[in-house]
Amino acid sequence: MSHLETAARPDYLCRIAIDPLSRVEGHGKVTLLTDKDHRIRQARLHIVEFRGFEKFIQGRPYWEVPVVVERLCGICPVSHHLAAAKAVDQLVGARELTPTAEKIRRLMHYGQTLQSHAVHFFHLASPDFLFDFDDPAAHRNVGGVMTDYPDIARQGVRLRKYGQEVIRVTAGKRIHGTGAIPGGVNKALTLQERNYLLADLDLMIQWGRGILKLVKQAYQLNPGYFTYFATIRSNYLSLARADGALDLYHGGLRARNERGEILFDKLDYRRYSQVIREQVKPWSYMKFPFIHSLGSEQGWYRVGPLARINNCDFIPTPLAEEERREFMALGDGQPVHMTLAYHWARMIELLHATEAIKELLLDPDIFGEERVVRGEMAREGIGVIEAPRGTLFHHYRINEDGLIEKANLIVSTTNNNQAMNESIRQVAERYLDGKELTEPLLNQIEVAVRAYDPCLSCATHALGRMPLIVELVEEGSGAVVNSLARDVDGTVRNEMGLPPEGASSV
Amino acid sequence: MSAEQCFTLDGRRVPFQDGQTLMAAALDAGVYIPHLCFNPEFAPHGSCRVCLVQVNGRVQAACTTPAAAGLTVQSEIEELREMRRGILQMLFVEGNHVCPACEKSGACQLQAVAYYVGMQTPHYKHFYPRRPVDASHPEAVIDFNRCILCELCVRASRDVDGKNVFAVQGRGIQARLVVNTPSGQLGATPFSIHDKAAQVCPTGTILTKHRGYETPIGQRLYDRKPISVVGDVAQLPESRGGRRHD
Repeated sequence: MSHLETAARPDYLCRIAIDPLSRVEGHGKVTLLTDKDHRIRQARLHIVEFRGFEKFIQGRPYWEVPVVVERLCGICPVSHHLAAAKAVDQLVGARELTPTAEKIRRLMHYGQTLQSHAVHFFHLASPDFLFDFDDPAAHRNVGGVMTDYPDIARQGVRLRKYGQEVIRVTAGKRIHGTGAIPGGVNKALTLQERNYLLADLDLMIQWGRGILKLVKQAYQLNPGYFTYFATIRSNYLSLARADGALDLYHGGLRARNERGEILFDKLDYRRYSQVIREQVKPWSYMKFPFIHSLGSEQGWYRVGPLARINNCDFIPTPLAEEERREFMALGDGQPVHMTLAYHWARMIELLHATEAIKELLLDPDIFGEERVVRGEMAREGIGVIEAPRGTLFHHYRINEDGLIEKANLIVSTTNNNQAMNESIRQVAERYLDGKELTEPLLNQIEVAVRAYDPCLSCATHALGRMPLIVELVEEGSGAVVNSLARDVDGTVRNEMGLPPEGASSV
Repeated sequence: MSAEQCFTLDGRRVPFQDGQTLMAAALDAGVYIPHLCFNPEFAPHGSCRVCLVQVNGRVQAACTTPAAAGLTVQSEIEELREMRRGILQMLFVEGNHVCPACEKSGACQLQAVAYYVGMQTPHYKHFYPRRPVDASHPEAVIDFNRCILCELCVRASRDVDGKNVFAVQGRGIQARLVVNTPSGQLGATPFSIHDKAAQVCPTGTILTKHRGYETPIGQRLYDRKPISVVGDVAQLPESRGGRRHD
């Protein structure tokens, strides 16, 4: 764990806040404490949202839960919908879904993975690849991508739309549908729906391959940057199929250490509480999960695309597997720890999602009539799924009347909490330490956080809205001596009326 | 053979039989007047006031006003639509109607009428009452958050099922639906999910237990056509053999 988590004497340091973080899902901020020589003494990522879902679903009927909790997010609601549905399956005693139900749910989930990964890469992250750090902020966004690289932007929009259509066909709506119900699904596909989705699919697969070429080109242009920027060595956690394959919908928990050695494998995810603990820190609303056997100092881990590609033994679709092999060669037998490789791994998963959707659309089970199974009721259910951003845990307990008594949700981003903090500390120490802070430098902090695609909510996706305020605070009194602000249109101005050079004193 | 008796509704001649209300005659003629507490199978109640119409210039409830020859009735005019919207808005803020996650959404009469009258927002400040769900019955749950006090379940249980399971307690703003037992729990009553009282709720208050969202979005009652076309206006009219429980 980095020494930059807590400064020894914070009262004597300048506080710089990047608030809110931009081009991430929702509201978060980064605070940096620097001394008079601009040396970074503390760096923290704070999540400032409070949602309260675990509380307000108490007392509600359990069969409502998949449709209520998906409102946690507008970008990846299907993940919450399906994780909750998997938990509810256990409550209604559905030990094994019908082939139709499982495949329709998988189709929904891969559609969701495709659209979410496309949103992140094209709309949020691609400016970091296509433009320099010091590119004007007003241009360094998806609007700039649309102007300078219209074909890439168009592909992003169409890929996302395709994923949304898969969700609409399986769940009834593009956002916040009702497809998964206790013990199964409420609809199968019609031949017409299948043919509609098949029509554009080969083009999506082709584009998926094209994006990977783009990512690899970016790596080859600057391998040193990719290799070292925000890179940290960590443990990795994900679901994996029993045979070691990548599986985003179901599997056992698998964890590897930083050398790639298996820590645990094929662990029934209903026993997650035996291996995962959560630590609370007074400066953040978000908990810090860790692998219990390693302790909180050493046991933090990463989840999401990078973790899944590092963890699995193979990808069960040919094109994505070919890409995985090429990717893993970078690690030379060990996990790939490059934080920026999250983007690369994410695009391998996007390609996998397109291939998986094709396999499912060609499977006759998706037309089946048997959609729901029920069994003996149980009082507790735990559903785990690989959401686009990582392993997602939903845990519910009901009373004898079927009302929710207790809920515990560990969302994907929470799992990456410590890792994101470690990455921004690495960037702060390596790239910001001792320098006069400028907007492009602060942007590097955001690039590090953005690689994880944190889902803090979905409010800050708008074009070019990257507001930042950097304040110089007087030692002791805490009074703001100077303030540098970046507006939503990218304009940088000095709020204290000092000349722009004033930024150098921050 | 006597001449057919008629009144005009929004300029259209609507025939009626002796003893029929404006609402009953309109439904028989296939003309929709928005309503919630009225159900063609039950005697008029006149409590929700959503079916307000202008009868020769006076505002009256269509469900309780007897039809008479020569009356000039107006329903689809902006003045009444605005009044109906206001009533709907008050009903929405009085309870906790969370349509996005409600399993009755798409098949809910309250929601469908709100869409029909053009209600876009609740407008008024929400009351946010605390009303726990009663899930004590093995076959049904009652979510009191969604009750609009139409008393259809009260009437159905008393007049059709002969069980008198439900009642309204309190007056005015304090009025609320209760279960007629010392414990106040549905599980302590002879209520059955097959009772008429379980079939008549115009909102998502009385629901089958352990099931929900089984009809896909796009196939629910009001997903494709408005309530003015697929609601009880489309059911078999009383004059042609439909049942009524007085």
